[in-house]
Amino acid sequence: MSDISPAEWTAILLSLRVAIIATLVATPFGIALAWLLARRDFWGKSMLDAFVHLPLVLPPVVTGYLLLLTFGRKGLVGGFLADTFGIVFAFRWTGAALACGLMSFPLLVRPMRLSIEAIDRRLEQAAETLGAAPWKVFFTVTLPLALPGVLAGMVLGFAKAIGEFGATITFVSNIPGETQTISSAIYSLIQTPDGDAAAGRLVIVSIVLALGALIAAEWFARRATQRLHGN
Amino acid sequence: MLRVDVEKQLGEFSLQASFTGEGRVIGLFGASGAGKTSLVNMIAGLLRPDRGTIVLDGETVDDTAAGIHVPAWRRRIGYVFQDARLFPHLNVAQNLDYGRQMNRLAPDPAQHKRVIDLLDIGNLQGRRPGKLSGGERQRVALGRALLAKPRLLLLDEPLGALDEGRKLEILPYLVRLRDEANVPMVYVSHDAAELRQLATQIVMLKQGRVTSFGGVKVLA
Repeated sequence: MSDISPAEWTAILLSLRVAIIATLVATPFGIALAWLLARRDFWGKSMLDAFVHLPLVLPPVVTGYLLLLTFGRKGLVGGFLADTFGIVFAFRWTGAALACGLMSFPLLVRPMRLSIEAIDRRLEQAAETLGAAPWKVFFTVTLPLALPGVLAGMVLGFAKAIGEFGATITFVSNIPGETQTISSAIYSLIQTPDGDAAAGRLVIVSIVLALGALIAAEWFARRATQRLHGN
Repeated sequence: MLRVDVEKQLGEFSLQASFTGEGRVIGLFGASGAGKTSLVNMIAGLLRPDRGTIVLDGETVDDTAAGIHVPAWRRRIGYVFQDARLFPHLNVAQNLDYGRQMNRLAPDPAQHKRVIDLLDIGNLQGRRPGKLSGGERQRVALGRALLAKPRLLLLDEPLGALDEGRKLEILPYLVRLRDEANVPMVYVSHDAAELRQLATQIVMLKQGRVTSFGGVKVLA
């Protein structure tokens, strides 16, 4: 592994940065949505649920193209953000983070939702009778008990984000140093005559990162079960 | 003083109860399915009556006609559940301190010590609920409810999940609680013997209706 070239390091570090930012930004939204889906009944709930899962089943190139139409410089949201706040997503690493965050969102939300659903609501009632307002119940009982599931969701989301390819390359292209993640670097390398060795190294890095994330997610899930049993 | 006059439809089951309690321990007696827990949940504020009023010490906490429903967390009514419901992610000391923190009460070492001595739970402080016996769990739940300084304490079959031996272990603590803690209680049970020992006044509930009301004699 010592012969990883500077260009490959650039792609690896960029992937890590994109995936970390995507996960951190997506997490609060993920927790809020997981709670909403687990604990509230409202009109259009199944529609919202389906909508969240859409990136999982849509061809990634479609998601990427829709992102380009919406968040591109001429897009409705993208144009507004660029003119008003100077925030640009198109062909920037921030756009890669947006694409990765969106693509990994269903995987991030699912363990969070399951862990909130598994919490005994009667514990929340007990907290209420002890004087805890609903938001305090959430932060002192619901969230701590769901924490292993929240972390598992973050790990899974991160693993998905770091490997995302289709939507990212469609939305922000494949610019070394700006938007070329591990996946798009591998894609470029295997189209280059002498790229096999470099591609192979990045493939190994991908496998290690994905396996590590799965093991971590599994470990957090086991912690969640223990926590709910009060040991 | 507790004044209850409520109606609630729960599926096929209709609950219609009205009573005024003034004793130190109001015993709510009835077979399972008589509506005891629903009634207590309404007093706690966890369940909203369809119609009626609940007044505690002159404060109206529920009045459907006037649109009043004080949420459970503002009622200062303690609740000890049959299944303890200790927070599994907190140790005993943290469980005991929870109500004080949520109500932003100043620390009261004297009361803290009195409750812990009364219930003999001083040696459990660092343990997690998962490592407690059923009886210990129930004593901690009692302590947790008392330390939130409630105006009224609801106990819903607190011995219900315990075997005979454990019941005899907890009962003396409940008697001491009644005589020393100075908090009025509503004690729910389907066990007449238990209520004879603890209650000062009985409300008898049968299929969602109050059938008799008075001293412990009505249990006979």
